[in-house]
Amino acid sequence: MRVLLVDDEEELVTTLAERLSLRGIEADWASSAEQALSKVAAVSYDVAVLDVKLPKISGFALKKRLEEKAPGMKFIFVTGHGSEEDFRTGSAEAGEGYYLMKPVNIEALVRKMDQAIRGTEEQP
Amino acid sequence: MTWEWEVIGKTGFQFFGKILASVSHEIKNALAVMNENVGLLSDLAEVAEKGRHVDPSRLKTQAERLAKQVRRTDGIVRNMNKFAHSVDEFSKRVDLGEVLELVCALSARPASMRGVTVTLEPPADKIPITTLPFLLENLLWLCLDFAFDAAKDDKAVTVRAEATKGSARVTFSGIKPSTGERAERFPGEREKVFLSALDAEIVPDEGSGALVLRIATNRVL
Repeated sequence: MRVLLVDDEEELVTTLAERLSLRGIEADWASSAEQALSKVAAVSYDVAVLDVKLPKISGFALKKRLEEKAPGMKFIFVTGHGSEEDFRTGSAEAGEGYYLMKPVNIEALVRKMDQAIRGTEEQP
Repeated sequence: MTWEWEVIGKTGFQFFGKILASVSHEIKNALAVMNENVGLLSDLAEVAEKGRHVDPSRLKTQAERLAKQVRRTDGIVRNMNKFAHSVDEFSKRVDLGEVLELVCALSARPASMRGVTVTLEPPADKIPITTLPFLLENLLWLCLDFAFDAAKDDKAVTVRAEATKGSARVTFSGIKPSTGERAERFPGEREKVFLSALDAEIVPDEGSGALVLRIATNRVL
């Protein structure tokens, strides 16, 4: 599994990438939308984990631009926003179950990435 | 209550809400980074338990990263606390440089979200003024909000406070010169109400585009 982590909190994505690599997952990171776009143009990723609030662009808008470059790539969104309204609209945009709140549990994230790639829903 | 105070009240509540939302988001981010730092420490402990070598310098680096995030969160919370206490006294003697430093710190995230960097040039000396601190913070925030939208292409806004004869002033530079509709938009009716309450005025520098906010040094209600 090859993953791209995108968040302007650089220390968050570098540490998360290191933790994923300890679990046998090939993880790369980008701390801006521009960096993410150039990485996706050069490398093929199975799934991207995007922060919803990025400088100058939302994670959802970035998804659309990344999809143009990598049509088969799957997406998971993470957010630090806590309101119920944000959660409702974010979940609707991201797709049921693919909108996670920070701080994220790494085992749950790995499961989500696996499900996203295999296109299966999480069992209750 | 006059309509001016209604404007101040409504704008003030919105300002308070925006600051709290931004600060809580920053705290969430810092917690998320700490969560990963702690997680990596735990992962490394597991690796060591399995008999594999873990370089002690990696553990030290993780501990240092954690300490950095704790300091960061402490700074965020200290600013939030300072901000919350700015409504304790409606009128008060404050240091303009300190108020400006606080508002700039609180605006760092909204600036970054718009791709703008804010540089505060600290004054050489304290600038004591008697003013309405919460209203002043709100007005400085409105000026910064405008400056972020009107920033030049390099997206670098610089802010400086100075004492002048009989008043104090704050200069916001790195802004495109005001022309046409934008010049009419700022200061708008809302900002004019704050300027009147604070006995202040905004004077755009036609040449450089800088915005100069002149503030009375002895404003009491």
